[in-house]
Amino acid sequence: MRDVCIIGVGMNDWGESWDLSLRTIWTQAALAALADAGVDRVDAMTVGCMSGGLFVGQEHLGALLADELGMAGIPATRVESACASGGVALRSGFLEVAAGVSDVVLVTGVEKMTDCSGDEATAALATAADQEWEVFPGATFPGLYAMMARAHMAAYGTTREQLAMVAVKNHANGLNNPHAQYRRAVTVEDVLNATMVADPLTVLGCSPITDGAAAVVLADVETAHRLGKGRPAVRIAGVGLATDRMALHNRADLAALNAVTVAAQKACAMASITPQDVHVAEVHDCFTIAEIMIIEALGLVPTGRGGPATEAGETALGGRIPVNPSGGLKAKGHPVGATGVAQAVELTLQLRGEAGARQVAGARVGLAQNMGGTGASSVVHILEVLS
Amino acid sequence: MTVGIVGYGSYIPRRRIRLGEIAKVWGADAAAFERGLELHEKSVPARDEDTITMSTTAARRALRRAGIDPVRIGAVYIGSESHPYAVKPSGTVVAEAIGATPDVHCADLEFACKAGSEGMFIASALVRSGEVDYALAIGADTSQGAPGDALEYSTAAGAAAFIFGRDNLVATLDAQTSFMTDTPDFWRREYMHYPRHAGRFTGEPAYFKHTKGAALALMAKVNAAPQDFAFAVFHQPNGKFPMRVGKELGFSRQQMMVGWLSPWLGNTYSGASPMGLTAILDVARPGDRILMVSYGSGSGSDGFVWTVTEKISEVQALAPATRAQLDERKLYVDYGTYAKLCGKIRRGE
Amino acid sequence: MTTPTPARLTREYPARYRLDAARCHACGEIVYPRRLVCPACGSREFVAHRLASRGTVKTFTIIHVAGSAFKHQVPYILAVVALEGGGALTCELTDLVDQQPEIGMPVQLEFRRIQEDGEAGVIAYGHKAVPM
Repeated sequence: MRDVCIIGVGMNDWGESWDLSLRTIWTQAALAALADAGVDRVDAMTVGCMSGGLFVGQEHLGALLADELGMAGIPATRVESACASGGVALRSGFLEVAAGVSDVVLVTGVEKMTDCSGDEATAALATAADQEWEVFPGATFPGLYAMMARAHMAAYGTTREQLAMVAVKNHANGLNNPHAQYRRAVTVEDVLNATMVADPLTVLGCSPITDGAAAVVLADVETAHRLGKGRPAVRIAGVGLATDRMALHNRADLAALNAVTVAAQKACAMASITPQDVHVAEVHDCFTIAEIMIIEALGLVPTGRGGPATEAGETALGGRIPVNPSGGLKAKGHPVGATGVAQAVELTLQLRGEAGARQVAGARVGLAQNMGGTGASSVVHILEVLS
Repeated sequence: MTVGIVGYGSYIPRRRIRLGEIAKVWGADAAAFERGLELHEKSVPARDEDTITMSTTAARRALRRAGIDPVRIGAVYIGSESHPYAVKPSGTVVAEAIGATPDVHCADLEFACKAGSEGMFIASALVRSGEVDYALAIGADTSQGAPGDALEYSTAAGAAAFIFGRDNLVATLDAQTSFMTDTPDFWRREYMHYPRHAGRFTGEPAYFKHTKGAALALMAKVNAAPQDFAFAVFHQPNGKFPMRVGKELGFSRQQMMVGWLSPWLGNTYSGASPMGLTAILDVARPGDRILMVSYGSGSGSDGFVWTVTEKISEVQALAPATRAQLDERKLYVDYGTYAKLCGKIRRGE
Repeated sequence: MTTPTPARLTREYPARYRLDAARCHACGEIVYPRRLVCPACGSREFVAHRLASRGTVKTFTIIHVAGSAFKHQVPYILAVVALEGGGALTCELTDLVDQQPEIGMPVQLEFRRIQEDGEAGVIAYGHKAVPM
């Protein structure tokens, strides 16, 4: 397998984009990444999107969007893994370059969630869970995560305040992200007193509905050097993808995310690192409890210590292991299929030293963790500065 | 040939509303209603409860007492005036849920409040004829009264299920009878939401005439007098009517107390006298004789005489007792919640 | 999103109405609903098993914002229930009287209405948990 680099990144402004269609926001992000990479042709492209069909009634996105980009004719793959669609689209592009099938691949993610009603969007998101045996008897997506939260609280003493602190931290980080949906601070009281969605998760403990797209351009290392722009090259050093039992009630430990652990182990093994070598992480905080469980599953903090670690500031921007400097899904937004790709965008900027006010000093190794549903799929990428 | 009850079961929803709550909203004199009807509170179905769900739970309890393989049940009859579908039987769902399908005869029955006892009448005859080995008859309702109407104070929800057979009986059926005329005291036209009633005409010419007619025919059939019975239970649309008809027939309050559920349950329509019977079976002793007469508007009464066997004491504790369900762990709701649960609030499209 | 439609409801009766499950012949894992491959050991042979109607609450939440099918039922309790003898499912926990839901609470499954396809469509029945 060849080494693969990220040679360009781009995303549009995330939020409720009433004036812009799925095609437009996607094309904006794709063009930004191509410009950043300094290329105007690619060998292939991937599109991570959870459900163009349910949100806007459009499938066949690979072909559609290649056409929009003026590149009709190239191989284009739509990738779906619920909320991990973007990360899996990245893995898909990585494998194509690593295997030598393509030299330059445009990896993208997009979701347009505000054309349909709130009810329809909620129902579409719920298709990431077990439709027949979880959603049909009354489960909602926040409800499933709330059940995991309660199990985690019972097992480890995690508190509602510690959950809220995840949102507080990520909103604070989002203040420094010009593309973020929300650029306002929240306090622990704000989070605790917000409308209850599924106990113990309030509306401020849940990521929002967002329109957004993100893109990165991958190239084999030789092509990357040839196109070199005098800035640090960023390599994808490791990838891991894993799945878990779909329904929460079929999992052995309701307070753990097994797919995350397995995916991270695979990625770290490939990159020949341990979790302790990671300088900065972008993780899938679809709900506050998710970030707490993820940092445990990744091995960044000991099992059960996610709450106290967050409370102690270990994952804050200036902490031991900054998590979600971009603002995370919570503040940056969560256009489902785009999230995994945006994580790679953020880490690339961090590793290049281009993250401005949210820069993690001296970041050389980054970890992106993207997750589908209640953790039935998870993909982890390790990014490194290529010396 | 002897036929009778092999197993019985009942189900009462947890929720209750006090008559005072209803009276408050409609500006009525609660105390007067409670005195006049001898009703104090009634059961209220949850949004996820209906005739089918209550019938299924009651049937499962009857099966526990009967101790038979449900696949041997050859007929399922559910009598109700609140079947969830106007066309598609409740009985098929219940039969499927208890595992009786596919070799089973099924029909939904309707005859106002006597639809449950109708099923019992048919089930026992079917077993006696040898057509089937076991037959399940259920009376269940989530009855509805128009908002502000007198009926709103009594319409309640509940189910009683009986499995009829020829062996291992807990109560033998000594006689059954039916007394019926065309008497429009209470009715509901197709597509109308709520029933209508004819006021005082629902009394003497309807309830009392037919209940007495059936009771007298029944006692003549078995050549018995009121004092020969340990228990008597009549249709109970309120607390007053059954006590009055019983007294006029020569029964004592004492004989009727155990089966008299309506003051705290309300009128469970097709479940009314059948549920009273289950309450009696819960405490009856071998040799006790029971008289049961239902009443359904339109009008008619089915009457039954039962004799309790030795086997009763083996099965009473196998499923929840009716009185315990009536008295324990109740969830009181206010009128707003009641109206929401009963679908009386018009909602957006 | 999955509307209760006749064909789908009918084929699910064994699982939804009767709690029909399966026990892996090789490793004893209880699988609910039945499937073709044992998720624990990969074996393809099963024997019939019916889920017990008694179990305990493994975790729960109280849902205040729900999808369209359950919009008017909020707040309601959703729980993961592990059944005696094996198997687990997700269902509503209802009819609590003077009690709060608790992990470890003993419950039993009761036949209830789950959803319907609007006022004119078919009704889907199944089981919910009630306190013992």
